Amino acid sequence: MVPTAYYLVLAAMLFSIGIAAFLIKRNVITIFISIELMLNAVNLTFVAFAHMWHQVSGQIFVFFVMVVAAAEAAVGLAIILSIFRTRQTLNVDEIDLMKS
Amino acid sequence: MPLSASLTALLPEYVLTLTGVLIMLIEAVLKPGTSRKPLGWLAIAGTTVTGILSFYQLHLGVLTAFSGSIQVDAFSIFFHLLIGSVVVATLLGSLDYFESNAGEYYALVLFGAVGMMLMTCSVELLMVFVGLEISSISTYILAGFRKGEGTAVESSIKYFLLGSFATAFFLYGIALAYGATGSTSIAGISAGLGSSATPRMAFLALAMMLIGLGFKVSAAPFHLWTPDVYQGAPAPVVGLMSTAPKAAAFAVLLRVTFCGFPPLMQHRWSMLLWGLAALSMTIGNLGALKQTNVKRMLAYSSIAHAGYLLVAFSALAPAGIAAACFYALSYAAMNVGAFAVVTQAGGYKETLRSFEDYRGLAIRRPVLGFLLAFLLLSLVGIPFTGGFFGKFYVFSAAIQAGHVWLAIIGLINSGVACYYYLRLLSSVYTKPVESASVATFDPTPVVSVPAGIGLALAAAATLMLGIMPGHVLHLANYASSSLRITSAQVPPSAPFTSVTPLTNQPK
Repeated sequence: MVPTAYYLVLAAMLFSIGIAAFLIKRNVITIFISIELMLNAVNLTFVAFAHMWHQVSGQIFVFFVMVVAAAEAAVGLAIILSIFRTRQTLNVDEIDLMKS
Repeated sequence: MPLSASLTALLPEYVLTLTGVLIMLIEAVLKPGTSRKPLGWLAIAGTTVTGILSFYQLHLGVLTAFSGSIQVDAFSIFFHLLIGSVVVATLLGSLDYFESNAGEYYALVLFGAVGMMLMTCSVELLMVFVGLEISSISTYILAGFRKGEGTAVESSIKYFLLGSFATAFFLYGIALAYGATGSTSIAGISAGLGSSATPRMAFLALAMMLIGLGFKVSAAPFHLWTPDVYQGAPAPVVGLMSTAPKAAAFAVLLRVTFCGFPPLMQHRWSMLLWGLAALSMTIGNLGALKQTNVKRMLAYSSIAHAGYLLVAFSALAPAGIAAACFYALSYAAMNVGAFAVVTQAGGYKETLRSFEDYRGLAIRRPVLGFLLAFLLLSLVGIPFTGGFFGKFYVFSAAIQAGHVWLAIIGLINSGVACYYYLRLLSSVYTKPVESASVATFDPTPVVSVPAGIGLALAAAATLMLGIMPGHVLHLANYASSSLRITSAQVPPSAPFTSVTPLTNQPK
């Protein structure tokens, strides 16, 4: 039996990796993936806590997060597609029409 | 809980959702090229009905629905009315703005409004999250609605990436709160905190939620997306998204802090908000000083105004809640008005961008120039405008709570803000230089009737709030007291909280 704390530490590490990747990576798709990683770290936290409290409500929350993440991905990929069409690039450093 | 009670509580949201769906269906069968204006009027009618229903709910007392995850009280109704009014003004201003895909635009605005309204009346963090995402996803699309414009798509992607990033923080906060208390309902969290073995985790949870919501309200240091997104997005959409989602996020912040985490509202938490407020005001106003693009300047000004709202919030007192509600409303009125002027002045192509482009606006179009001047004076906080009373209540709430230095920083910031608002004002009233790019002006500028009505409504609301704030202040006080009543109540026993946690126990 793996203690709950292990799952929490793993989730915290995943979340931190997600933040780091969000800040370091320059490709829009990779940045988007790092956000998904963060969301999944949250999901893992929820499941671990649901196990700890002997409840299902935490696991139900995970389903909501998944559904919303899917909706977000649909919109996000559409936006990424349209930025590639107008700019021919996915590098965030080159998406800078509005630098002041 | 009978189903009919649940129906009554969420009736405004239902009407708005059905109107949005209806618009999408009609849009699908309409021939391309036919006018989409009737759809816009349908959206306005739906929102008006929603507002009337919300107002009617005010007389029904506190309604709970869906196993206690929705709670309609004066606080949520105040924000329902705010969001509804902003949406009506925005729709009126954009009836003649979009040439194609207007049906989708109206539907998305309505769906976004549904999400924002859900946020304000949810007392279960799951519902708050769903509402937040409905409103965010709609506004991500709306930000990029000027198709083919490079800046519009860029604004959309920036808003999307940073908004989702913020959502992840908010969610992590919910997860930690769940871990610390065993519940995701606000009442359950407040009940679980007393017996919580991990108060540090609860504090971290609140801090994470603050980061997430701080992004949404564009409080410094989470403001970096704001200038780019506001500059690139269509002007009517900026008017909407700089006011309504922010107000909704503030409502969530108020409800979560006051009802969910009352034991944590200690000195430390107050100092954290103090810092955020001071930073937002200062960064917003100093950033606005050096801007040359009008929309960008208004974006920095919206960061500063989020700071003023946080001043009221950091008082952590009932007077502060009422002041924050009032400020959110007065800011919504003047900012929607200001962006309505920007919409009408520049048109779809956004021909007027820099301060230089606005030179002589009042001479070419006197009424538009005058309205802009009035709204800018309100943003400065000159007496007889809504902005004045908003600032007055905010700073007096801060002083009452003992935050004298914060009030002083705020007043200094208001002085700094005069400079850039008045710089735009003076360029609006200066004669244009003959050799300057006169071609940037639209040759036959005409403000359409609905846009004029929307603009007049926003300006009238700003004026009314400045001349007789009594009624609205009364409503704001009522809203704030309803929030206190619910937080003082003994929370209903959450279904799952009775089980004790079994940490690290092998099976």
